[in-house]
Amino acid sequence: MSQRLPRQLHPGAWWLWALGMATAVSRTTNIITLLVFAAVVWCVVSFRRSDAPWARGFGTYLRLGLIIIAVRVVFRVLLDAQYGTTILFTLPEAHLPDAAAGVRIGGPVSLEGLLAAVYDGVRLATLLLCFGAANVLADPRRLLKTLPAALHEIGVAMTVALTVAPQLVESGHRIRRARKLRGANGSRGGVIRGVMIPVLEDALDRSLVLAAAMDSRGYGRHADQTRRTRVITATLVLAGVAGVFIGTYGMLDGTTPRLLGGPMLAAGCMVAVIGVRVGGSRVRRSSYRPDPWELAEWVVMACGVGAAAAMFVASSVDPDNLYPTLQPLRWPTLGLVPAVAALIGVLPAWLAPPVDLGEASSIAREVAVAP
Amino acid sequence: MIDFDAVTVTYPGADRPAIRDVSLHIPEGELCLVVGGTGVGKSTLLGAMNGLVPHFTGGVLAGRVTVAGLDTRTHRPREFAGVVGVVLQDPVSGFVTDTVEEELAYGMEQLAVPAAVMRKRVEETLDLLGLAHLRRRPVRSLSGGQQQRVAIGSVLTSHPRVLVLDEPTSALDPAAAEDVLAALTRLVHDLGVTVVLAEHRLERVIEYADMVVSVDASGTIVAGRPADVMNISDVAPPVVRLGQVAGWDPLPLSVRDARRRSGELRTTLEHRAALPPSPPVAVEPALRAKRVVVRYGDVVAVAGVDLDVNSRQVLALMGRNGSGKSSLLWALQGSGPRQGGSVALEPDGLDPARAQGGEARNRIGLVPQSPGDLLYLSTVAAECELSDKESGQSAGTCRSILDRIVPGIRDDVHPRDLSEGQRLALALAVQLCPRPDVIMLDEPTRGLDETAKHRFASVIRELAGERRAIVVATHDVEFVAGVADRVVVLADGEIVADGPTADVVVASPVFAPQVAKVMSPARWLTVDQITNALATEEVR
Repeated sequence: MSQRLPRQLHPGAWWLWALGMATAVSRTTNIITLLVFAAVVWCVVSFRRSDAPWARGFGTYLRLGLIIIAVRVVFRVLLDAQYGTTILFTLPEAHLPDAAAGVRIGGPVSLEGLLAAVYDGVRLATLLLCFGAANVLADPRRLLKTLPAALHEIGVAMTVALTVAPQLVESGHRIRRARKLRGANGSRGGVIRGVMIPVLEDALDRSLVLAAAMDSRGYGRHADQTRRTRVITATLVLAGVAGVFIGTYGMLDGTTPRLLGGPMLAAGCMVAVIGVRVGGSRVRRSSYRPDPWELAEWVVMACGVGAAAAMFVASSVDPDNLYPTLQPLRWPTLGLVPAVAALIGVLPAWLAPPVDLGEASSIAREVAVAP
Repeated sequence: MIDFDAVTVTYPGADRPAIRDVSLHIPEGELCLVVGGTGVGKSTLLGAMNGLVPHFTGGVLAGRVTVAGLDTRTHRPREFAGVVGVVLQDPVSGFVTDTVEEELAYGMEQLAVPAAVMRKRVEETLDLLGLAHLRRRPVRSLSGGQQQRVAIGSVLTSHPRVLVLDEPTSALDPAAAEDVLAALTRLVHDLGVTVVLAEHRLERVIEYADMVVSVDASGTIVAGRPADVMNISDVAPPVVRLGQVAGWDPLPLSVRDARRRSGELRTTLEHRAALPPSPPVAVEPALRAKRVVVRYGDVVAVAGVDLDVNSRQVLALMGRNGSGKSSLLWALQGSGPRQGGSVALEPDGLDPARAQGGEARNRIGLVPQSPGDLLYLSTVAAECELSDKESGQSAGTCRSILDRIVPGIRDDVHPRDLSEGQRLALALAVQLCPRPDVIMLDEPTRGLDETAKHRFASVIRELAGERRAIVVATHDVEFVAGVADRVVVLADGEIVADGPTADVVVASPVFAPQVAKVMSPARWLTVDQITNALATEEVR
């Protein structure tokens, strides 16, 4: 095998891998399997993330996941913990008026209810970790850059928003500081008048300047689409995206009819691609150092898709393992097929090209010194 | 290259044209400097060169503007993108992307330049402007001079034949400004780019200019060779005014020219005391700071600074961008972070950071870098009224202070519609309203034209005369030479020089004003000093 040069993987490949992992995760409530998947995601992230500022957020997603589990458990205990027979303890019960019949606050808490809450929470948290991993592994701005030409405007708008948001925070901070210089009191009217209005004025000024700058740098120079093309593009893309959404929902939720899953997703993708092609055919713009889509990208994507597919197989081979029963209580075990799925999912930790840490860490160092 | 044919621009709602009957021809490969006070239509003139005026700004343009054969009436700004590169006043607000490399490529992407060509041009431009080591840095993390060079680079990659810049050096420290100007002269000399720039800091750019266009308050222009225009212009850099005082013809435009001709002048003034002995003023400390430390995370902005600020004195705080000047001011005022050390206001030793409510502000005031941040009401009158209320002064106090600083601002004007100078005056009046003993100003001269700066300098002197202590953080060496009693130079958060203005700046290659450079080693700082000295010489 020839020597692999360090490079950034195409952000789309990471996103597809993460989507695959998320699909796989959503197919089970087996806590052992879920924890294995979380470990897999963490493993890939720690092997293949760069040191850029946007790549440092995985810890945040981890904490957010723990919060989700905690919230889930607390609500379950407070509101509806009567499921099952193994009562652990009993909370004082609040008596609600008849109008709220069916809702109970407090009361006995069962082990089964508690476990169901934990399983659900862990599944949600692992799903979140998958998307967190995609965000950490792939620069969101580079992902926007890979948008097809017809969606370019949306990409630009989002890039600008990504840029302007920190500026808004910064100008809010600056203006609040200046307000303190005038001995501002903290009354709410004062805050709205004294901070919000200047910040908004600032934002408006900035956007006008930005618009002037973009105009004089040739933005929208070749936007010579006819009105009809625009309408057709918009309709096709919107219909396609709707199809993709419904299809994704169908894939993630095992209880929907089969037709709403894979076929819908494929149809949606196709319509969207046609729309994008139609819209992009007349746009003349070029792209600086586009991210290539090479073998490594295919491999990473295949790992994600493979993991998801393995879980689909598992759900028809051994559904009991994926949804361990709570009545009667049983120890969940790691089935063979889910283990294979996890193994497929972890491959990118080695198969993706290494990241260029030397350069990236020097950037990070300089960035850290900058403010 | 650029032709204006009887151009008049009138904005809707304006009672007179912004520029009037302008006919102008700028040949290819010239560096053309546009001068004039604030709000006289310099930006309009620049904006008309790629059609932003009137296509983007609105208004009516009569006459005809052609650039490289393209008429702005029939071509929109985006169609000029390959011909005219425009760098706006604040480079950051014009950045579309995130990193240096992508910013350089953005314009080319819009022009559909093939990928291979783009790659090559980006590398060339990185080298041309000395940005190669910054290529992957986020543009927002760069210093002001670097950002300005990225902004220039980002329009250069489209290979424009004309480069238009609005005040490219006014926010920069002297060293960063020189970097930017060196890059610009290189473009003119090596690539034959026609450069048009507007700038208030004439002393920085006039020597590089091939022609000067002076815009006056009525919107008419005078164009010609720099020396000719300077002779009749009411704004001129110190070397030119020195030349006028000494009667040199042709007028010198650079320190080098002036130095060559100054032999006689220097002999005449040789026996004079370098500086007229100033009457001894009883200075007393108004604020004592000991071992002040400000840090942001791991970054130390101010590293244990000891500083006494005296009343009746104007203290200038100098140093390159990011040397900790602003952080120090905010820490002294008590509103900014301070991780160590002590600040005590005389006579009672009050620490402004611990003062309750508005107490700190009654003792020590600060006008921040963008004075507009202090103002948020919709009229000048409302701002003044609120300021009186906030500081517990009788009604009309703020207004009378404002009238003393800049008379004649109308009550019903929105603060955002004021000129830079007027807005600064209003912010200063608001901060002076509670009658603090110490008043600090962060970069006050940014955006002020020569006349406003002069007026502002005398206000500062007056305030110091009233037993106040004044601290000014600034890059403007000419302003410091004219106004400051004492200069403190910061570098990396530490004080590296502290002493009377002449002691600190005369020997410094970066902070010396032009007159000091010409008259060196004698210790003259301003043209006014020399004018006075020559006058007394004649009397004798």
